[in-house]
Amino acid sequence: MILTDLHVAPARFTDATGWAIKPEGACRAELCVPLPAASRTTDDRVDVRVVADQLGMPLVHDEAHGFWALGPETRTGRALTSAQAPPLELPDFDENPFQLSSLLGQKVLLVAWASW
Amino acid sequence: MWQELRTRLHPHGLEIVTVALDVDIDAARPFVDAATTTHPSLIDRGHRVDELLGVVNVPNGVWIDEHGMIVRPAEPAFPGANPVLDSLREIDLTTLPPDAAEMLAEARKIRADPEGYLAMIEDWVEHGSASPYALAPEEVLRRAQPRPPEEALAAAHFEAGEALHRSGDHAAAIPHWREAHRLFPSNWTYRRQAWELEDPTRQGHTDAYDSSWFEDVKKIGAENYYPPVRP
Repeated sequence: MILTDLHVAPARFTDATGWAIKPEGACRAELCVPLPAASRTTDDRVDVRVVADQLGMPLVHDEAHGFWALGPETRTGRALTSAQAPPLELPDFDENPFQLSSLLGQKVLLVAWASW
Repeated sequence: MWQELRTRLHPHGLEIVTVALDVDIDAARPFVDAATTTHPSLIDRGHRVDELLGVVNVPNGVWIDEHGMIVRPAEPAFPGANPVLDSLREIDLTTLPPDAAEMLAEARKIRADPEGYLAMIEDWVEHGSASPYALAPEEVLRRAQPRPPEEALAAAHFEAGEALHRSGDHAAAIPHWREAHRLFPSNWTYRRQAWELEDPTRQGHTDAYDSSWFEDVKKIGAENYYPPVRP
């Protein structure tokens, strides 16, 4: 997730990371990680630095170019936090957004490939 | 390749989603156009599937059942054939310059089991959760890629580099991608993408990186390039 401001709307944080910000904490599938009060700003945005710390997400600051890059969580020590497929939205080749969850009810074989 | 499988198995309940790990959409587009896909064909410039699903090389497949549960985590995936490896075997090495012949000889050691993987998919499509290849959630998590902090940090650096490359500042992307390579040396998607942008013909050694496809493959032995798929 690329950020130019470390305070973001909860929905944007969820879309980018798959972690929902709820009263009980940051949640993904069956796992909820409690968050301190400081994780929400007074205007109800997410303080990414605080949440990243709780979820073990690395934050790279590129000061020269004025942005941060947020990496994935490391709490479980595995790339998958849960066997439930994470929310994934990617564009197609016409730049239309596609949500993996739209295929619920079918078996899905997701294949990562590349031109290189 | 995948389209053919999709045409055959879609009536039996399988959808295929292809995800191109290309920072430049126009590099992948000709392949997509040639395949005339009827399944979702997506572009993943920032390698989100590396972060979210543990993809570390291509091609990699992830199986997701009707309930949205992953039943096989990321692993090498070939739909019954591997035309790229097959085509390498048809080239007469004696017609090549020595360095190219050496590279090709190493590449020919790459192991894959396209027929075995296809048989697994067909079994899953037919038998669903009763297929021995559809894994229980605990086994899926056990087999998922490890995620130590340095590899998560590598993902952030890769994404930072992609953002800069996309903004037109390719030179600024290189230090981030070098760092991603250092932190996560077993992720081929970060390295191959970066090498390709400097040397599209051979992913060879350039001033930008301290590594190249051939040097790195030789280090591990091409026979270890793809881990064997466990049934």
